[in-house]
Amino acid sequence: MAAVSAPRAIRTQQIALAALFLANLIALLPAVVVVGVLLVRGAGAISWEFLSAMPSQGMRSGGIFPAIVGTLQLVALTGFFALPVGVFAAVYLTEYSRDNWLTRLVRLAIVNLAGVPSVVYGLFGLGLFVIFFRFGTSLLSGALTLAIMILPVIITASEEALRSVPQSFREVSLSLGASRWQTIRHAVLPYAVPGIMTGTILGISRAAGETAPILFTVAAFYLPRLPASIFDQAMVLPYHLYVISTQIPYIPEVTRYGTALVLLLLVLTMNLIAVVLRARFRRRRLW
Amino acid sequence: MVTEGAPGNETAGPGGVSPLGAGAPPFGGATSRRQMPADAPASGIGSPGDASPDRAGAGAKLGIREWSVWFGLIQALRSVSFDIREREILGIIGPSSSGKTSLLRSLNRMNDTNPAFRWTGSIALDGRDLYRQFGSQDVRRRIGIVFALPMPLPKSIRENVVYGPKLRGLRDRGALEALAERCLRAASLWDEVKDRLDLPAMKLSGGQQQRLCIARTLAMEPEVVLFDEPCSGLDPISTAKVEETMLQLKERYTIVLVTNNTKQAARVSDRVAFFLMGELVELDRTDAIFTAPRDRRTEDYITGRFG
Amino acid sequence: MPWQRWRERGIETFIWCCGVVSILFVILIFLFLLKEGLALFKTVSLGEFLGGRFWYPISEPPRFGILPLLLGSLWVTVGAIVMSVPIGVGSALFISEVATGWTKEILKTGIELLAAIPSVVLGFVGMMVLAPAIKSSFELPSGLTALTGSITLALMAMPTIVSITEDALTAVPQRYREAAFGLGATKWQMMHRVLLPAARSGILAAVMLGIGRVIGETMAVMMVTGNAAVIPGTLLEPVRTMTATIAAEMGETVRGSAHYFALFAIGIVLFVISFVINVLADLFLHRERA
Repeated sequence: MAAVSAPRAIRTQQIALAALFLANLIALLPAVVVVGVLLVRGAGAISWEFLSAMPSQGMRSGGIFPAIVGTLQLVALTGFFALPVGVFAAVYLTEYSRDNWLTRLVRLAIVNLAGVPSVVYGLFGLGLFVIFFRFGTSLLSGALTLAIMILPVIITASEEALRSVPQSFREVSLSLGASRWQTIRHAVLPYAVPGIMTGTILGISRAAGETAPILFTVAAFYLPRLPASIFDQAMVLPYHLYVISTQIPYIPEVTRYGTALVLLLLVLTMNLIAVVLRARFRRRRLW
Repeated sequence: MVTEGAPGNETAGPGGVSPLGAGAPPFGGATSRRQMPADAPASGIGSPGDASPDRAGAGAKLGIREWSVWFGLIQALRSVSFDIREREILGIIGPSSSGKTSLLRSLNRMNDTNPAFRWTGSIALDGRDLYRQFGSQDVRRRIGIVFALPMPLPKSIRENVVYGPKLRGLRDRGALEALAERCLRAASLWDEVKDRLDLPAMKLSGGQQQRLCIARTLAMEPEVVLFDEPCSGLDPISTAKVEETMLQLKERYTIVLVTNNTKQAARVSDRVAFFLMGELVELDRTDAIFTAPRDRRTEDYITGRFG
Repeated sequence: MPWQRWRERGIETFIWCCGVVSILFVILIFLFLLKEGLALFKTVSLGEFLGGRFWYPISEPPRFGILPLLLGSLWVTVGAIVMSVPIGVGSALFISEVATGWTKEILKTGIELLAAIPSVVLGFVGMMVLAPAIKSSFELPSGLTALTGSITLALMAMPTIVSITEDALTAVPQRYREAAFGLGATKWQMMHRVLLPAARSGILAAVMLGIGRVIGETMAVMMVTGNAAVIPGTLLEPVRTMTATIAAEMGETVRGSAHYFALFAIGIVLFVISFVINVLADLFLHRERA
């Protein structure tokens, strides 16, 4: 028989639950505030010209076009490097690895890569790609650095996607005489693609917003022309925002807010695409 | 997870090992530890009418000799020996955990996917050892299997059927089409699906899906077809169709059928083997087993005293 | 078809390489940090580096004591954790045990939204909105203080703490809750007497990972803490963290100078701290699953 709770206990509960709800609000309010503030104070700067023009007068007027393009180029290149390695690492973990010390070590390494501070990635990128490999400050150096940084995101998402493919597909494929790789290639991977795509887009959106790793590896402040190759420096939105808000005086406030707004919208849009993809994939599952 | 006793299509080194020793080498290194565990020998193999198990098969398609299987520390089969003859239907009956499925999966090396799988003994196809003289892929191309639950791949009907041959390298569109039709006919499914080969296989009914799986297995043109309780999820009409298909297939293939349903074994098989707790208890012609079983345990099982 | 077998072997080797490449990267990162950072200790002793109270990299002679930076990171981190753990765990409790249906989805989306905001944007808003607010509330000469940093970083740690705590709570078997209810407990009593203790390791792991997130944060901190490399007396003064130091000063150093090596040495310290935190967190997570 369920005992009847004492009235005092019920009062305590009501207070406690209210406090928890409050905690939630406190946690979420800033997100709303941030978005709101940027919209209100920055929307004024957004115009087609702002988005598509090159900067002029040392950034005091003109647009942020090269920063937007630079960001897009950078994240595309990052994805290009990170996706194959991440997916195949996930394939290794789900399909080939055994329950031994090596696997445990790999997983520990992945967790660590996820936890390394972003500025330490910047130092690493500087040391390895910019200096040692002599790529110099370039899109290439930045993309390689960011690719290593988002590897854990892609590996985790891909692993989840691969594990969600029913085991029976593998059994059937093997029983028909397919090799292990053929099975993965034809009976597993195609059905994990949506999850992998979602993870990759989330990873790239994270890369789009990062500043510290690109400080020393790719970012240029005032570059009124687009990068010609991956060996060039580039203007990138997060770095751009940082500089115009802390180091350049006399830039109209609305421009600063506008830049922040553009960056935020870019990142949120990518996140949204990933979330929508994930939802559609769950609904339209083929099995 | 997709694991193998040995990578890709190589032959497995002698991987049999005593249950007390260390495990088989992971990626195909050959160690020759083959210790026979001290079990009671299998009893009651074959009746006077059968070929003696010591001669590796006059007319035997598959020769099984002292085959023992462990999954980790649990022994699933104890020193089983018998022959499977060409173009017969051999029914394997027994209660659950009797080792029937372990035996079946041993025949086409599907147990290899289990990392805890250990074996001793030998199984020979036309005289060649499946584990020592064949690569696992080759074995599975010659010995196909139909699983208990219909497991179509989330592709179209046609793509399901030609999945195996395509991976093997067959590319010619015409040949693939002809193959698909042949196999679907052999599985008694052609008439129902011939107009909609591009439809997703998942949309078929349970019975149709299972016949599709049969067609899919036949497409590899195997020599032996294994059936692992193929009608367990099916209604009586579909069951009848599958059984009828099996009888027709007997003309070209050797068939091994594991079933929980003794009546089904009686309907379909030429010979029946009764397994109990990992041992082969009795193997005889169907009518002999069901009318005059020699072992007390067989009789008890058939009459339903346990099961 | 032997060539097919070769190709397959090649692919599987590539897969294996990708699998272990993360180990390679971790080692590589550490090695490159060491390569440049250890060079510092030819001219400066380890004790002076770790314990020195003055960080004057461009004075003559330069002083490379990172104590103010360590303490700066520490103060900001402690402040952030003190704020974000109760709120984060509370939120996770609410989301996982109390909220249902649409409310739950909206709350979870809100947390994801917070997680998606780039750190430089949070730092920007912190600088433009939060700092002036603190300045006027406490009547300070400047709003760029450790407190501002703590609040901003608490926001950044929140999603990590909430989601991992939520995972830990969901992992507690349903029968624990049912047993508590069967004994007559209210929901709140069940939560704080049964659920939280049961999920203890997971929550600890969440806190550790939150700490790791906060210590490693660079941009937001750089923009709101005032960047004064002195040992802070109170939370209402400007501070400088280790991460901000590297980010702010690297652009001005000469490659191969002592200053340059010193910044890499700070990188080593950061790497070691995050490594220890991650290993501990991983241990806690595994202990819970076991």
